[in-house]
Amino acid sequence: MKRSQLAETHTLAVLVENKAGVLARVAGLFARRGFNIESLAVAPTNETLSRITIVVDAESAPIDQIKKQLDKLINVVDIQELDGEHSALREMVLVRLDVEDESRVAEVEELVAGFSGSVIRVGGTQMMISLSSRPNDLDDFLGKLQPFGVQELQRTGAIAIPGIE
Amino acid sequence: MQMDGGQALLKALEYEGVEVVFGYPGGAILPVYDSVLDAGLRHVLVRHEQGAGHMASGYAHATGKPGVVMVTSGPAATNIVTPLADAYLDSVPMVAITGQVPYGLIGTDAFQETDTTGITMSITKHNYLVSDPNDIPQIVHEAFHIATHGRPGPVLIDLPKNITDAMNPDSAMTWKDPIPVDLPGFKPVLDGKPEDITAAVELMLQANRPVIYAGGGILKSRAAAELRALAEKLNIPVVTTLMARGALPDSHELNLGMPGMHGNYTAVMAMQESDLLIALGSRFDDRVTGRLDGFAPDAKVVHVDIDPAELNKIRAADVAIRGDAKNVITAMLDEIGSATSVDHTEWRSKLSGWQEVYPLAYEPAEPGGKLKPQMVLERLRDGSPEDTIVASGVGQHQMWASQYWKFDHAYTWLNSGGLGTMGYSIPAAIGAKAGMPDRTVWAVDGDGCFQMTCQELITAAVEKIPIKVALLNNSYLGMVRQWQEMFYDNRYSEVDLSGPVPDYIKLSEAMGCVAIRVEDPDEVEAAIEKANSINDRPVVVEFVTESEENVYPMVPGGKSNSEVVVPPFQEKMAARLEDER
Repeated sequence: MKRSQLAETHTLAVLVENKAGVLARVAGLFARRGFNIESLAVAPTNETLSRITIVVDAESAPIDQIKKQLDKLINVVDIQELDGEHSALREMVLVRLDVEDESRVAEVEELVAGFSGSVIRVGGTQMMISLSSRPNDLDDFLGKLQPFGVQELQRTGAIAIPGIE
Repeated sequence: MQMDGGQALLKALEYEGVEVVFGYPGGAILPVYDSVLDAGLRHVLVRHEQGAGHMASGYAHATGKPGVVMVTSGPAATNIVTPLADAYLDSVPMVAITGQVPYGLIGTDAFQETDTTGITMSITKHNYLVSDPNDIPQIVHEAFHIATHGRPGPVLIDLPKNITDAMNPDSAMTWKDPIPVDLPGFKPVLDGKPEDITAAVELMLQANRPVIYAGGGILKSRAAAELRALAEKLNIPVVTTLMARGALPDSHELNLGMPGMHGNYTAVMAMQESDLLIALGSRFDDRVTGRLDGFAPDAKVVHVDIDPAELNKIRAADVAIRGDAKNVITAMLDEIGSATSVDHTEWRSKLSGWQEVYPLAYEPAEPGGKLKPQMVLERLRDGSPEDTIVASGVGQHQMWASQYWKFDHAYTWLNSGGLGTMGYSIPAAIGAKAGMPDRTVWAVDGDGCFQMTCQELITAAVEKIPIKVALLNNSYLGMVRQWQEMFYDNRYSEVDLSGPVPDYIKLSEAMGCVAIRVEDPDEVEAAIEKANSINDRPVVVEFVTESEENVYPMVPGGKSNSEVVVPPFQEKMAARLEDER
């Protein structure tokens, strides 16, 4: 199923202390409270803090309750709910294709260029591609790429930061 | 100051003012126990680690100070999982110290290794795995701060052996006094927002059928006096939940008693027919609300809680106030000033009508019949000092104790409300008595519960912590039997404890207790008097009670509180009264 077709989601930008086990605390909380995670991305932002972007299924629990329960974790410093309009939200995908016919490489290159993606490498009929964009654009892109023989793909899940007021 | 991590731990506990530690030594915590010998605090050696956990909890509840439990790794750590979960659900401030295998062995399935921080993550407020002994003073300081601030709860510190063992160079550390705690992700909010206080007071002044729904949070925030002032100022009746018994004296005319599944009729129905519930430190637990969509259908809700996640979690609040009960009630009293509420005469008269027709009551025993457990508890209550601390296990005896005791003092009722842990009473009573040695402490226990944790009576005897146990022996797992009688067509499955073993007298005596068996109603008072006069060792009084007595009133599971079932004899009485009118 394409993400854009899924039930309503909320995007949370969660700032946490860089402490051992903090990801397990966040993931464990979602599991035991029955909150469904759509995607989760985490990486350090500096020596003391990490930022986690969590996209949650809004139908599994009231978003207010999810935020309050997250806030009870001692290592969680800040939680912001991001709206799609003002915040910057991006997701990246890596795809490996086998287009089977070298003449189709150019077609794919054109498609990738149209989405401002990049072709990382071409080897015979095999291609590696990356695209960073809004999740809906990734859905769209991957749909169009499907006929070209997708072998492997990995999406990162959305990352986001609050926008300019 | 140079020392090892084990010494640092004990110094840190002393720094936090810890007077008693309940614990049990073992491999990974051995180096710490070497320092226990030199420490200026009391260590109570238990007989099972679960007992140590409940003792810490009982100590904390009775004294208001955080309880401390210390055990080794692996099976000892898993043995305190139950008391940690218990303390977490009942918001009891506790600090647990667990030994762990040396840091370098973590993850190798070493002897007595368990992933203690992983296992306890969901049943502690926070936990720590310490890797550097220099961190011990600050982490211990943080742990006590977290356990006792905001909504209280248990915090665990897992200590790998290499950082506490004087023989290991990893354990060398330099003691530095901890600095004030400043955690970016932990900033409890104590004061309610003024506009919310105003809105709440407005509702309270105008309500025709208000009820204060007082929960355990009143006791946690030491707000019993404020609660009473608020109730009296606006003449609002109060229900005290299982976790809040004693928050308002039972003898107070505004106290309707305990609500919920086995609450008394008036407390249950007052909430049902109320037009304003003022929830103070209570959390709309399913045992209080019954079927949620039928709960207090006409009531607006003012909800005060220090934990914002409780607000609007179960029941939507018209005014939700995040704050400490004491601060918020004080602000409410200021806001009320000299204002008065609307007249509650009609409401109060309705309540007293219910109290008249449906008091808490039981049918006395037939002549020559077995003891009624309710009668035993009434006699125990009347024959014991007024400020006696009562700890109960879980089941029928717990409900009867909560119903028939008259709690006129805060912090005199200890029980496992949220988790419903059988076997809680004896260790909890020991913990309470260790913290309050001058008070009379009774554990009210059932025969099922007694067999789960009675070995801690050895602890009580050896450590000279003379608690008293009222063992209500009905030879059944009584509450399960009651459900099987009422909802499973009398099919009694695995609830018969009729023995003939154990012999509770011999068992108790073998553990160093004075033991008294009572079967005759005429012997009840004398046995209680004798038990209350013994203060040099624990006492067990076994009351052989009616086997198939049921707890009433009862809201059957899944039913609305409006369908509360009163005892059969009261139905007849109520019908007769109705006819006479």
